[in-house]
Amino acid sequence: MTSLTVIFTGLLYIATIIFIVGIAYRIYEYSRTPAPLVIPTTPAPTSNSGVAMRMAREVVLFESLFKSNKWIWVFGWLFHVGLALVLLRHIRYFQEPVWFWVEFIQPFGKYASFMMIAGLAGLWARRFLVDRVRYISTPSDHLMLALLLAIGISGALMTFVVHTDIVALKAFALGLLVFDLHPVPEDPLLLIHLGLVALLMIIFPISKLLHAPGIFFSPTRNQKDDPRTTRHIAPWAAELERDKA
Amino acid sequence: MAVAEFDVPTLTEYTVVPKINPGAMANIKSFVSPQGPQEYLGYPWELAEDWKERAIDKMGDLLGKYRSLRVFMDACVHCGACTDKCHYFLGTADPNNMPVARQDLMRKVYRRYFTLPGKIAPWLVGAEDLTEDTLNQWYTYYHQCSECRRCSVYCPYGIDTAEVTMAGREILNHVGVGQKYSNEILVKVQKIGNNLGLPGPALEDTLLGLEEDIEADTGVPVKMPLDVVGAEIMLVTPSADFFSEPHVESLIGYAKVFHAAGVSWTLSSKASEAGNFGLFNGSYETMQNVAMRIRDAALELGCKRIIVGECGHAWRVAYSFWNTLTGVGYGGDDPFSKKLQDQLDHRYPQPMHICEYTWDLIQNDVLKFDKSLNDDRVITFHDSCNVARGSRMGDEPGGQFIIPRNIIKAVANNFHDMSADTIGEGTFCCGGGGGLLTDDLIEVRVKGALPRMNAYNSVVQGQGVNFLALICAICKAQFTKVLPYYGFDRGQVGGVHQLVSTAIKLD
Repeated sequence: MTSLTVIFTGLLYIATIIFIVGIAYRIYEYSRTPAPLVIPTTPAPTSNSGVAMRMAREVVLFESLFKSNKWIWVFGWLFHVGLALVLLRHIRYFQEPVWFWVEFIQPFGKYASFMMIAGLAGLWARRFLVDRVRYISTPSDHLMLALLLAIGISGALMTFVVHTDIVALKAFALGLLVFDLHPVPEDPLLLIHLGLVALLMIIFPISKLLHAPGIFFSPTRNQKDDPRTTRHIAPWAAELERDKA
Repeated sequence: MAVAEFDVPTLTEYTVVPKINPGAMANIKSFVSPQGPQEYLGYPWELAEDWKERAIDKMGDLLGKYRSLRVFMDACVHCGACTDKCHYFLGTADPNNMPVARQDLMRKVYRRYFTLPGKIAPWLVGAEDLTEDTLNQWYTYYHQCSECRRCSVYCPYGIDTAEVTMAGREILNHVGVGQKYSNEILVKVQKIGNNLGLPGPALEDTLLGLEEDIEADTGVPVKMPLDVVGAEIMLVTPSADFFSEPHVESLIGYAKVFHAAGVSWTLSSKASEAGNFGLFNGSYETMQNVAMRIRDAALELGCKRIIVGECGHAWRVAYSFWNTLTGVGYGGDDPFSKKLQDQLDHRYPQPMHICEYTWDLIQNDVLKFDKSLNDDRVITFHDSCNVARGSRMGDEPGGQFIIPRNIIKAVANNFHDMSADTIGEGTFCCGGGGGLLTDDLIEVRVKGALPRMNAYNSVVQGQGVNFLALICAICKAQFTKVLPYYGFDRGQVGGVHQLVSTAIKLD
């Protein structure tokens, strides 16, 4: 059991805990915070299924972004879809035997890494080339893109150029799931990749990546437009009117 | 009043996204409210020693009460999709008028005091201390936002800068920095009953005068009833409709419609204001206090239906919030709600917009028109922001775009829409909403109107349009003031029910 294995095992466990607990806490906070007024951006759906459809179109197709700016939509959507396919492909490290659809997705996930990198690169370029976006970009905005790009590039390098010992890697990953520690392959590229992924998981609940759970709680998208027929009132507001009856 | 000289922007065929010009509008400062209005509203009137702690406390309070504020502070990824969507940015090029930057004025403080990265490494995440400079920035730029929600259409997460602006103004009021214009109005509406401060007798006299005018004009004794107990319909309209041009032409239009329909209706001196500036200031309590007059008047008069006149933000408050704030609507099963619900006529939505009402009558062939009486007008319609993005008319989403246009087409022959990306859900605010309709902000108003003026100019040049039809009292006041800056005659501005009034055939 090398010290590297201990460090990375510990790092990944801690990162996972922070990630899960952090996101759960944020979701708890958002759901506990009331939305006292009916404020969907109209025109808005008048039924629950309509809201579900609207939310689905936002999350899958990035509908509002498409209306707004085709460049950001192309780069942003490419990145997110690429990331999704890459993540789904990674499930192969955590299953034995691997499910059919995870096997099926392998080639898509491989080349999706290019979509992911292209999207990120495009988004980062905008932060330099467009004066309005340059103005609003903070150091953390740049670093976030750099982090994601580094993860994507290090991963793609391992897939296409400098192959890593994926048999040992899978043993390590499967071992993490059942607390049966196996050595981590001592490949620098892999260790960089894993370290950056851990960093991403740790900062997720304290960064703008919270847009991921956040969108589901955005009142301008998740509320129904039915205020005349349904009386919507927050508990703290109901308190205010107790004496007005 | 004397204001600093400024250049009126040049009209162009398409609105061009400008290169940023930092600080372009940094010196704009709407008159600050003196002691009187602040005291009445329950706010301080100057910064106390501990203003910073008070401000941060209030921010925490609002973050706990409004999910919108909390999510919007966290979810922004600085993608920039919103940066070219705000009419105030397009007209001024000041980057703090880009929605994301306007939000960041608050977000940078939020991050500093309410987030871990902001507390330990502020330089990394753009977090900043709350200083007097920042407070001044808030005051400056939260009064260069008309809370029109255009940005929320185009944000991937629906972040609505209006929610941030409202919270910003509430925090500013809470530490003693209020806007004179809005806060004086809020005093008038709560003390006297309407935004203009017109007392009951003055209103009664005005209405009698209008009745005489209508009869002299048409030969028909159309009435403008006031405070009639037992009338079926209570009309709540913006007080500007009683006194301003062209607003009063719409009031005459409503009266003619009710007359032709043969219904019993009444105005109310207690509920003589549809407008609710509590919305603009982000104060739930104030918005509720102002709205409660409607409920009280409805209970006193025993009316069965409540109809709202041509007012933009009033319709948003009426449609989206009255049920919550005052029980005007259906679906509540608590004593407060039921008391009013039991009185109302459940065959109709409550409240209704006068356009919904008129359109229903038109569809049922109750109203007769001579469209040729509007032939000298070539008409276009401006979708008011609060109506477009904060409400609905009719049963289907988007009815608020269709119904007013249908009315226009039923009473006039010549109608042309402005460019598709400037109307409907993407409509450009008139530039005067959200508490900005004051002469100390005239530069903001004129520059903010640019995108709408470009679109209007296109149909003026292209289709000979000479009439800008509106259903919002603020839009009517803003455009009558601003059109001349851009070379158009102020007489081109009018209401949809003004068109109805021109063409309607009364017996």
